Amino acid sequence: MEELTFHHTTRRRAGGTKRMAIIGVVASGNLEVLAERVLTDAECRLDIKTAAEGFGAVWSAVVTDFVERHSPGGLRFSINDGGAHPDAVSLRLAQAVRMMEEAEQ
Amino acid sequence: MTLDDILGSLFPDGHDVRNDNGILFGSGALRSRGRALVIGIADRTAVGVDEAIRLSGHVLASIASMSGPILVIVDSDSQRMSKRDELLGLNEFLAHLAKCLLYADMQGRPTIGLLYGHTAAGAFLATALATRVLVGLPGGDPAVMDLPSMAKVTKLPIDVLKEKAKATPVFAPGLENLAQTGAIHVIWDQSVPLADQLEALLARMPDARDRRDGLGKTRGGRPKAHDIAERVRGLAVRTH
Amino acid sequence: MSAAGGQLAEFSAEPARALSWYEASARTRVRLLLDAGSFLEFVGPEMREVSPHLQVFNLPEQFDDGIVVGRGSLDGAPVFVAAQEGRFMGGAFGEVHGAKLTGLLRAARDLKSIPVLILFDTGGVRLQEANAGELAIAEIMRALMEARAAGVKVIGLIGGRSGCYGGGGLIAGCCSGLVVSEQGRIAVSGPEVIETNRGVEEFDSRDHALVWRTMGGKHRRLLGGADAFAEDTVEDFRSATLELSASAADFGIGTLQAEQSRLEDRLQRFGACRDAVEIWEAEGIAGARSVPDLPADQFVALADRVGRTSRDAR
Repeated sequence: MEELTFHHTTRRRAGGTKRMAIIGVVASGNLEVLAERVLTDAECRLDIKTAAEGFGAVWSAVVTDFVERHSPGGLRFSINDGGAHPDAVSLRLAQAVRMMEEAEQ
Repeated sequence: MTLDDILGSLFPDGHDVRNDNGILFGSGALRSRGRALVIGIADRTAVGVDEAIRLSGHVLASIASMSGPILVIVDSDSQRMSKRDELLGLNEFLAHLAKCLLYADMQGRPTIGLLYGHTAAGAFLATALATRVLVGLPGGDPAVMDLPSMAKVTKLPIDVLKEKAKATPVFAPGLENLAQTGAIHVIWDQSVPLADQLEALLARMPDARDRRDGLGKTRGGRPKAHDIAERVRGLAVRTH
Repeated sequence: MSAAGGQLAEFSAEPARALSWYEASARTRVRLLLDAGSFLEFVGPEMREVSPHLQVFNLPEQFDDGIVVGRGSLDGAPVFVAAQEGRFMGGAFGEVHGAKLTGLLRAARDLKSIPVLILFDTGGVRLQEANAGELAIAEIMRALMEARAAGVKVIGLIGGRSGCYGGGGLIAGCCSGLVVSEQGRIAVSGPEVIETNRGVEEFDSRDHALVWRTMGGKHRRLLGGADAFAEDTVEDFRSATLELSASAADFGIGTLQAEQSRLEDRLQRFGACRDAVEIWEAEGIAGARSVPDLPADQFVALADRVGRTSRDAR
């Protein structure tokens, strides 16, 4: 298993007030993303655990692109990866941010 | 010990337990007083719909007519693996047998499992694991699944599995592993009369509460089960 | 929330409840089955209570260990819910996964007044933690029966991609009532296991029609192995669950005696049948061969007419 961590500063905080969101399932080609609003407004962090070792550069690129696109300030993302394609990773991360920015019920 | 040895050592004052094609049924005189109902499986017989329905029938008849403990003596294969048994709803038959034993136990008929041979999977759940206290005898050989089948399903070489099994009691077969994880409460000593050990157990029989997860925690085989269950239970009762 | 607000929330949830049960995740099933916004999770993913036994096999963990447990309301009445995620390790029972359900059932036993819904989606025991999984199932069965003895109704819902196999099938057999869809399967040994152990002559696991005739939802409903048949939508599972919760009987010695009779009767009538079609023919069903092709409404009408329920006898 490989564990990766990425810290980024962001232009702005992620919208909304939701404290936590969970999306995805740990299965072949899939992943789960747990998002928590626990950081200061201009920082975000991603902790990834994956059985597919040696793809650090790919993760880094996907994460950098995600942070640039969504500016998820204040959010910590914890990921359990089941061997997902980078597109699936991007999708789940985007879904997680969207869930965090949803209005509370 | 053969089955006859075991029965003779359990009931020196006599018993009428019969082995009918692998299905055990009868009763034995207890040292203290009264009799124990004895049911079980012998000769590594698979537990299918036909076996399960007879055993559950014996337990139910006994609830109406007897008091005292119920001994479940086990040397079984796994559940019977066949089209017919699944077609007829084997899950219901095995669950029904377990329910009869669990009900009896809750109603003051302490159930004691005695594993002297093999058992596995669904048969294990319906018999030995449906008792209040499960005793192992040396030579007992419980399994959830045998290692070769496990190797096939997990797609790992059996040597790799055996190596991993050295470091954890949580998946491989065997009395010691099932004791460490909390399934087997005690392993009896073959050199001491079984009647003595049975009397001692009956004299200090624990109450009808499932303490296996606590055992698994104390013995180190299941470090999380007890606490997770208690946490959920506590949260759930508090939110009401 | 006012009553009007609650009704509005339920109304807006209705189109969402048309979703396929089979395709939905455990979390989605729970969210849509229950009254909108009513679900409160216990030991959720943010607690990160993962399995301690997967790392040694280099397998990824899931933060909720593949089961969602908590409480909510169903048509205004409180319920406890447990939902297995069938796509994580085949929904199999591991140490933590099982313990979450055990704790929920023990709470139900202690409170006596809140029913439990178990959304099964499982291949049985998780082999990497086989002993812990098997023990968890044994403890769940015990806790479930203690709850039932205390007057609690426990309803099982079966219609996910992993079915309800192995020890899951035994837990299902302990429930007060079962709702099953056509996609659902209930058995102890899975098709591949039977074929591996007994050969393809005994059971061809790739013959899907055979699998469904032997273990599938329609067969189980007609046999009395399940009590209600639902279409593959959250809405239909919800209404079938509501009906069963209301009608499921109390548990006692009479239940066990009635079940003994029910099962003995089944063996007597169908014990020599070699296939579900023979059972359906023995039941006097015209056009037995086309039962698998019947649309849901016609099947439900047939099942209500000739199907055996286990009411008061499960």
